[in-house]
Amino acid sequence: MGADQTERVLDYPIPGPEVLEPPREWEELRRGCPVAHVRLPSGDPARLVTRYEDVKQVLSDPRFTRQLNAEGAARISESETGGVFNSDMAARVPDTGEEHRQWRRLVGKWFTAKRMTALRPRIEAMADQLVDGMVEHGTPADLKAHLGFPLPVWVICDMLGVPDADRDRFSHWSDALLNLTRYTPEEMERAQTEFDAYMTGHVEAKRAEPQDDLISSLITEVAEAGADLPGPALVATSMGLLVAGHETTANMIGKMVAMLLDDRSRWESLVADPSLVRTAVEESLRYDANGGVGLPRYITEETEIGGTTVPAGTTVMCSMSAANRDGSAFEDADGMDLGRSPNPHLTFGSGAHACLGQALARTELQVVLEVLLRRLPTLELAVPAAELRPVDGLIVGGLSEVPVRW
Amino acid sequence: MRVTVDEDRCCGAGQCVLLAPEVFDQREDDGVVALLDGKPPESLHATVREAAEVCPTGAIRVDEEA
Ligand code: HEM
Ligand code: SF4
Repeated sequence: MGADQTERVLDYPIPGPEVLEPPREWEELRRGCPVAHVRLPSGDPARLVTRYEDVKQVLSDPRFTRQLNAEGAARISESETGGVFNSDMAARVPDTGEEHRQWRRLVGKWFTAKRMTALRPRIEAMADQLVDGMVEHGTPADLKAHLGFPLPVWVICDMLGVPDADRDRFSHWSDALLNLTRYTPEEMERAQTEFDAYMTGHVEAKRAEPQDDLISSLITEVAEAGADLPGPALVATSMGLLVAGHETTANMIGKMVAMLLDDRSRWESLVADPSLVRTAVEESLRYDANGGVGLPRYITEETEIGGTTVPAGTTVMCSMSAANRDGSAFEDADGMDLGRSPNPHLTFGSGAHACLGQALARTELQVVLEVLLRRLPTLELAVPAAELRPVDGLIVGGLSEVPVRW
Repeated sequence: MRVTVDEDRCCGAGQCVLLAPEVFDQREDDGVVALLDGKPPESLHATVREAAEVCPTGAIRVDEEA
């Protein structure tokens, strides 16, 4: 290892040998080069951290943010659109300090564990309805298109108080706005205009007649505090939740099911003992080797990471997926253990910015798994795992389709 | 076992409440952790330890001796 290893510049992200397998380089990097020099798709240089302790340290350090608009900060790519961690998200969700804390407090109360328990039966009914549709379509079917993709956006509609009748339109806008499946620039622009018009009307309707939903409660609370949250800020929060919560959860549903079916003994052990669902979801979140590019942090003052001094002005990429396979943090890190507990994986980040929607994401993943185990215990992959293809785009990793039969 | 929480660190992600609703709750107005039982019974010790280990901000402290 030593000096020349540190000098080597890797192209990042590093592709895995197969879509469900981790790149071989992770282990080498964690062991020999924990703060590696990498080149991002934009061509900009950055440092990559892969060890559990280091990733956790950088993500939980309140001095460093994901805001990559600082002068000198690296860009991930020239053209990436959508996705939770890029400028889109930074522009919609306040990023630092008091403003961020206030925003989290206002929105966070809609994501508490208690709310999730109350929401659970509704999510289950949605999942059942989507599985009905998939069964009606007939085997084989693409689980992502039938279940993984529509469920998270329906759930967000529910929280925002968007009526059921408008769900499909909303789902289309989210798809086009985030460019989840290919759209032309004109289609994306039209979706943006329609979404803005719809949400502006929706916000005004809630202002006139508040109900039990997130938008109404934001309006009422801010008004009680003697302030006014303008319509565009509410539209932006709705958009922020879609950006953060749709693509991530949709892809995770697909990957989770694919991992559990790839070695079918995993699926069978869940059919035999559904009480493993909770820990199996956590282990799927940890084991996912295709977690996307990771989280960027812009280092504003010189700091030490894993024994290396990193100067101010550096962009550090934190690979949660590599950290989640670190043998010094997880016993048998490359084995999938559906009963693993505790499982302090870093898939939702760490510290003050840790995923606000994680209780919701967990609930959705658990419900999807429970419903599938109950409805389609004979589920299996309809193609060999080696034929599964990654989605286009690098920010959020996922599978383009998850063909299943039952 | 004695449990303490640091409200300033908590990011309101609710992991602890999902695991051990007997011991942790979240404040109604902002989702920040509220400790229900600082001296949980033996039967809950394993879950409380797990909650402390997976809390994303390290806001839960468990003192085994006390
Ligand atoms: C499996 C699905 C999901 C994954 C893997 C995931 C992952 C993440 C990660 C890693 C972050 C941290 C970003 C950072 O530190 O810069 C984050 C932040 C965030 N997530 Fe999630 N997320 C998921 C689902 C959701 C859902 C369902 C929602 C809500 C509808 C949501 C809302 C948010 C929000 C609002 C933030 C910003 C929090 C802040 O900056 O304080 N996420 N997510
Ligand atoms: S798990 Fe930690 S951060 Fe999350 S609500 Fe509980 S104490 Fe707060």
